[in-house]
Amino acid sequence: MKQILKRLGLLAATLLLVTVLAFVAFSILPGDPTNSILGLNATPEQTAALRERLGLDLPLWQRYLNWLGGLLTGQLGQSYLYEMPVSQLLGSRVAVTATLTAMSFGLIVAISLPLGILAARHAGGWIDRVVSVLGQVTMSIPNFLLGFLLTCLFSLILRWFTVGSFSAAAEQGLGAYLGYLFFPALSIALPRAAMTVKLLRGAILGEMGQDYIRTAYSRGNSKGRVLWRFALRNAMIPVITFLAMTVADVVAGSLVVEQVFAVQGIGQMLVSSINSRDYPVVQAIVALIAVVVVASNFAADALYRVMDPRLRQR
Amino acid sequence: MGKRRNWYLTLGLVLTGLTVGFGALGLVWTPYSPTAPSAADRLAGPSLAHPFGCDHMGRDVLSRTLSGAGATLSIALAVLAIGFVVGVVIGALCGYYGGVVDALVMRVCDAVAAFPSVLLGLVVIAVIGPGKYNVILALGVLFIPSFARLTRGEFLQYRDRDFIRAARLMGVGGLRILFRHILPNAWPVLLSGLSIGFNNAVLAEASMSYLGIGVIPPDTSLGRMVSEAQSYFVTAPWLVLFPALVMILMILGAGLVGEGVRERMGEG
Repeated sequence: MKQILKRLGLLAATLLLVTVLAFVAFSILPGDPTNSILGLNATPEQTAALRERLGLDLPLWQRYLNWLGGLLTGQLGQSYLYEMPVSQLLGSRVAVTATLTAMSFGLIVAISLPLGILAARHAGGWIDRVVSVLGQVTMSIPNFLLGFLLTCLFSLILRWFTVGSFSAAAEQGLGAYLGYLFFPALSIALPRAAMTVKLLRGAILGEMGQDYIRTAYSRGNSKGRVLWRFALRNAMIPVITFLAMTVADVVAGSLVVEQVFAVQGIGQMLVSSINSRDYPVVQAIVALIAVVVVASNFAADALYRVMDPRLRQR
Repeated sequence: MGKRRNWYLTLGLVLTGLTVGFGALGLVWTPYSPTAPSAADRLAGPSLAHPFGCDHMGRDVLSRTLSGAGATLSIALAVLAIGFVVGVVIGALCGYYGGVVDALVMRVCDAVAAFPSVLLGLVVIAVIGPGKYNVILALGVLFIPSFARLTRGEFLQYRDRDFIRAARLMGVGGLRILFRHILPNAWPVLLSGLSIGFNNAVLAEASMSYLGIGVIPPDTSLGRMVSEAQSYFVTAPWLVLFPALVMILMILGAGLVGEGVRERMGEG
């Protein structure tokens, strides 16, 4: 119990630190955001009024506290460029990116677990070799290039979907919406799935060499049973931890891949906001992603402890 | 098993040699100017004069791929140089001396390493602005923690070994122990870390340039080329194909080398 409280305290401290960094980094930048909103011909009175409206006349620590308070209640500030609340701007986009991330993650699990077990079961055989060579190649293709390849094959040649028709697909209902997100999700998932297959295969083979496996064999268990009942349980520990940490990479991947498939998620918004120096939007997205990353790492650590009783005592 | 192990390393070294050679050539020589436009050759397909074809401004794609590969390569190497040198020094000191500073530094490293480098790169670039040198700086700093953690783990392992104790007893100085006695033993692990780092550096630079927040024109890089070619994908696929191919082979080569080194270590 004390352990859990300590971990939770650490989690809260990390989250706080991350928000401080996200806020301060974009607040100490040279240049006054009011210039880009009002243009260069603004009178000093107009500038002062706007500064007051945006809360820029307050000291940094007070602005941070206001922002943090807003963050906790879902008020993320005002976009400079679109002149509307950031939360309103991001609302639907967060859902899109969350869906994309969840789909990618599901695909990673769905692809890597069967393949990893299959490769380990037939280690050294032709299935294993094909999986390992394909995996090595897949790992070397950046996700946005994979996105290109998939677009080329399924959009231009097979005409299964049209790139850039995301908003139209979203209006047609859930099926079309998820259907459009399938290929972006696949481009994010494949390289990570290849890594997971390799890890799982290695972990299973590592366990298969242990003494307890020999004991299990000696008691008359078949190879399949030894693998499923004994080796897999222990082999899954590092794999599940790896998968939890993969969440962060999947989010980063969706930032890039959204661009390839013209998906209106927060990745697209982040990039365009960086280019237009719309810092409240950037701050909000960065803080949001940071929270997801920190939380998934926390989950990875917690899962590790739950699954491996040897770690609980420490 | 023996044959396959050599096969990974050999193929990896060949691919790395070829792509690095290609990029290095691009830094010193290109058949045409990579930036000179030519109206007559707009979107010309591959031919004898232009083996990789020409882009939307009539620029020779072979020349651009050469100089783009050179840029990607030099950025990746510069990033690695910063991350590796600083990371190894920090990791060595932390692993060997330990203490409160070690615990603090490693906390920070854990926190930074938890975030994907593309993501942090984006944030840093948002603050300091895009461009070749800012990308190198941003990614270089972000690569320090992973090397520091790797090095620390190795140094921690050797800290209390007998041969290090013996060296200490004989009055060998701290720095000499670190870099003459422990570092050579840590090389195999660091080497495979370098190959993973190279992969990540190429990937991160490519992704950032693809998003338009990495290298900015007139500079080019493989990621930038793919990004620019996106709108001509249907009419002129060679614009994407060649830079993409070089990028994939570059990453594949380094990955195979890392794989080969790891397997060789596992055997020894």
